Amino acid sequence: MTILLILVFAIFVNNIVLSQFLGICPFLGVSKQVNTAVGMSLAVTFVMALATCVTWMLQNYVLVPLNMVYMQTVTFILVIAGLVQMVEIILKKISPALYQSLGIFLPLITTNCAVLGVALMVVQKQFTFGGETGMLNLGESVVFAIASAIGFGLAITLFAAIREQLETSNVPKPFKGIPIALITAGIMALAFMGFSGMV
Amino acid sequence: MLVLGMCPTLGTTTSALNGMGMGLATLVVLTLSNIVISAVARFIPDKVRIPSYIVIISAFVTIIQLLMQAFLPSLYETLGLFIPLIVVNCIVLGRAEAFANKNTVLDSACDGLGIGLGFTLSLTVIGLVREILGSGSFFGWNFLQGDGILVFVLAPGAFLVLGLLMALFNKLTQGRA
Repeated sequence: MTILLILVFAIFVNNIVLSQFLGICPFLGVSKQVNTAVGMSLAVTFVMALATCVTWMLQNYVLVPLNMVYMQTVTFILVIAGLVQMVEIILKKISPALYQSLGIFLPLITTNCAVLGVALMVVQKQFTFGGETGMLNLGESVVFAIASAIGFGLAITLFAAIREQLETSNVPKPFKGIPIALITAGIMALAFMGFSGMV
Repeated sequence: MLVLGMCPTLGTTTSALNGMGMGLATLVVLTLSNIVISAVARFIPDKVRIPSYIVIISAFVTIIQLLMQAFLPSLYETLGLFIPLIVVNCIVLGRAEAFANKNTVLDSACDGLGIGLGFTLSLTVIGLVREILGSGSFFGWNFLQGDGILVFVLAPGAFLVLGLLMALFNKLTQGRA
């Protein structure tokens, strides 16, 4: 039950792109075509789940016992950067086909603030699900990360589909490019606001 | 000019003061990391360049984070997650890579200050527009009784205001050219 609540919460109610403003750069950058958007969101899901798992353990088994929580930002970003590099190398060896399709997105993920954002969120914030307030445990954190990544994927894929249509439409000159994309995103965010209060 | 560093631009500009606080925090990190990176760039092997820059930047971000927690706790609470996220702000790493590792310490410091001030200015303007429309106040001073158009303080307003401001900016620069 809790897991279901976390899924709904992170995918719809608190969509990471449209209500938390994380991962806007790839959201605007790689959303010109549906194909690349799907590839990017798969790569993000993979890295986000892995990174959150590792950083959660690091936080609770290393940083907290050693009283070094102030090193959080430094260690987390290094872990994420290392992890992305590792995933890239492993993927290249094990599954060249998958590497072909995800490869170009992987280096971009290090600077995707959504990954670091979610890793920090699960160890810092208190969440309330089904009347219980508290920190997430390891399993719930990973579910939260995967759900956030699905939310990211949903937003970016829908957005890419809309932008493919926008390409052919007649947009006033000052609005061409980023401005009209931002306004589209604003309207999507309005639609997602309808989910608020569900959990 | 605004295409880099989108996340804090949208996430922290619920009022002019919040936007300015975020801009100034970024300004300090950007200038200090530019100075240090330009000073040590010669000694860092090319292959481990990016990880080293990230470590330097995140060290300064941690310092700012601790200072804000101590001296500006209310601002620290509002900006929350976005302070540690300065590390992954594309502007900071972008300037380190594009400018600081090729230029002298003084030039890099000026570059950091200039870019940082531009960023602060844009964040303040966006914050101001959202604050005036959304809560009917000006730098925290209420000129309106009751609520404003609440949607501008919420998530969709950020996208709409930034989109409209950028269109306006395009219109003005195109007119001049």
